[in-house]
Amino acid sequence: MKTKLLCLAAAFAVSACASDPQTTQVSTPTAHPVQSPTSSRVTSVETHTTEPVYVARPGSIEEFSTNAGDRVYFAYDSYTLSAEARATLSKQAAWLNSYPRTRILVAGNCDERGTREYNLALGARRSNSVKQYLVNLGVDPSRVTTISYGKERPIDPRSVGAAWSINRNAHTAIVSGASS
Amino acid sequence: MKLTKIILTTLLLMVWVLSVPANASLEIDITRGHLDPTPLAIPNFSGSTDPERLIGEQIASVIRDDLERSGLFKILDPASYIEHQRNIDLKPKFAEWRVINSDALLAGRVVIENENRIRVDVRLWDVFAETHLFGQQMGTTPENWRRIAHKIADAIYQKLTGESGYFDTRVVFIAESGPKINRVKRLAIMDQDGANPTFLTPGSYTVLTPRFSPTAQQITYLSYSTMVPSVFLFNIETGRQEVLGDFPGMTFAPRFSPDGKKVIMSLVQDGNSDIWVMDLRTRRRVRLTSASAIDTSPSFSPDGSKIVFNSDRGGSPQLYIMNADGSNIHRISFNRGRYSAPVWSPRGDLIAFTQQNKGRFHIGVMRPDGTAERILTTAYLDEGPTWSPNGRVLMFTRETRPGGGPRVYSIDLTGSNLRRVETPGDSSDPAWSPLIE
Repeated sequence: MKTKLLCLAAAFAVSACASDPQTTQVSTPTAHPVQSPTSSRVTSVETHTTEPVYVARPGSIEEFSTNAGDRVYFAYDSYTLSAEARATLSKQAAWLNSYPRTRILVAGNCDERGTREYNLALGARRSNSVKQYLVNLGVDPSRVTTISYGKERPIDPRSVGAAWSINRNAHTAIVSGASS
Repeated sequence: MKLTKIILTTLLLMVWVLSVPANASLEIDITRGHLDPTPLAIPNFSGSTDPERLIGEQIASVIRDDLERSGLFKILDPASYIEHQRNIDLKPKFAEWRVINSDALLAGRVVIENENRIRVDVRLWDVFAETHLFGQQMGTTPENWRRIAHKIADAIYQKLTGESGYFDTRVVFIAESGPKINRVKRLAIMDQDGANPTFLTPGSYTVLTPRFSPTAQQITYLSYSTMVPSVFLFNIETGRQEVLGDFPGMTFAPRFSPDGKKVIMSLVQDGNSDIWVMDLRTRRRVRLTSASAIDTSPSFSPDGSKIVFNSDRGGSPQLYIMNADGSNIHRISFNRGRYSAPVWSPRGDLIAFTQQNKGRFHIGVMRPDGTAERILTTAYLDEGPTWSPNGRVLMFTRETRPGGGPRVYSIDLTGSNLRRVETPGDSSDPAWSPLIE
């Protein structure tokens, strides 16, 4: 009990409390090496001024992901593009056609409810579905590279249906030509 | 129990008198699940100096662990041994080993001949038949004592079951660490019992699905170290890594041919995965399938004449067999569920696979004609079986519960003796080596 109180006090004093790594993370923006339990070193507070809210710069990666959307989702064991996915890809194609110097990498991803090699093949189909759709909307195929990660790159770590839905996706990354 | 043994022994002695080889008495049928493992006594190996006795203790301990893990043997507690043999060349006092119910006795001796060489002598005795089952002498460098132990365990296994063992082998696998959304996956290798784990890649790029060459100290695997993920070769002796071929797309799911001269794999073109085979010497590649379906996870039959693979050409992932030239493709899996990751047994009689059914994953086996299917395991995720070189044990990746990290497990072909294999941390994609020469 006493230790807990001490920890709490330490947290308020913005010092690194070894038994509570969360506290350490709050007090500084960067990760800390773990300190020994006896340490009572006070960690300094870094202050940064928050930028005012701004609109993503046209032609930037941020603008692409905000305005077009950089991920489309698939049903289980499917590489068919849903109406929602097609709407997203139409916006991606429009953006890519506006910025013809950009190049993209489309990565196909799967949920964890399949075996490794089958999922690598399924992910390849998903990234290719996206590529073909974009090409049909006028994007030069030489600007589009595809890759499959199978089930190796989940974005939601949970093992529940909602996470699997999110992890069945194709992600479009601008790899070059975007304004910064 | 005692009486049965006496009757058995008498019968066996009679048989022996009728001029059958002396070692016919102790035989273990490994085709059945063993609820009643054979009791063995393995005292620490003797030595005339402390360093010799230390190596003798270590060797005996590794042999005990190997045999115990096989599930076929029960190693009797050394504390219960009555006789403490001084000279292994003399016949043991069998009565004293019968009292503790040991069926067989392994006696060994270590001699350090010089700083670069140890010599180990062993003798295996049938306690009830009072016969000498085998004697062997082995020599190696002192730091190589573990391999001597595995070779002795293999010799005992072979003597008592009639089939070659699998203890002097290694396992290549993927060592996993870090959070699920940013997983580090490194190529790693260890002895079959988990000893001597070594990382072979740095972890800065993902590697998957390693497989051992059946003939050389070589591994093939999928690596994300290049712009296009590709099948690589890794030479264990030199540490040299190279991309296998300049395929026009992502290659994955590699496996060696049984003669070690070719690698079969999937190549992605326009999103479609087909099976290709590459000759390792000429680097010539031949396309074997050309369906607009997923064709992957190819595995040769041990005679090299056929290939089992995974395809969704029928609408869901199922197992198919074709001739080695790509002809005569036919489906072999017809039960419920989704089938993938087939691997042909080194004995040729069975194909192990992963089956997905009603939200659970299973490891199972079937004959190459699709009959006699048996499901051996079940878990949240069981996948990617690999055979022991004698075709009696399977290792695979298991996630026991959702969110629990993967670990390597093993199970006997009989469906009994499920065990977690010792690895340094989370691990997946095990592949068993052949017996080391």
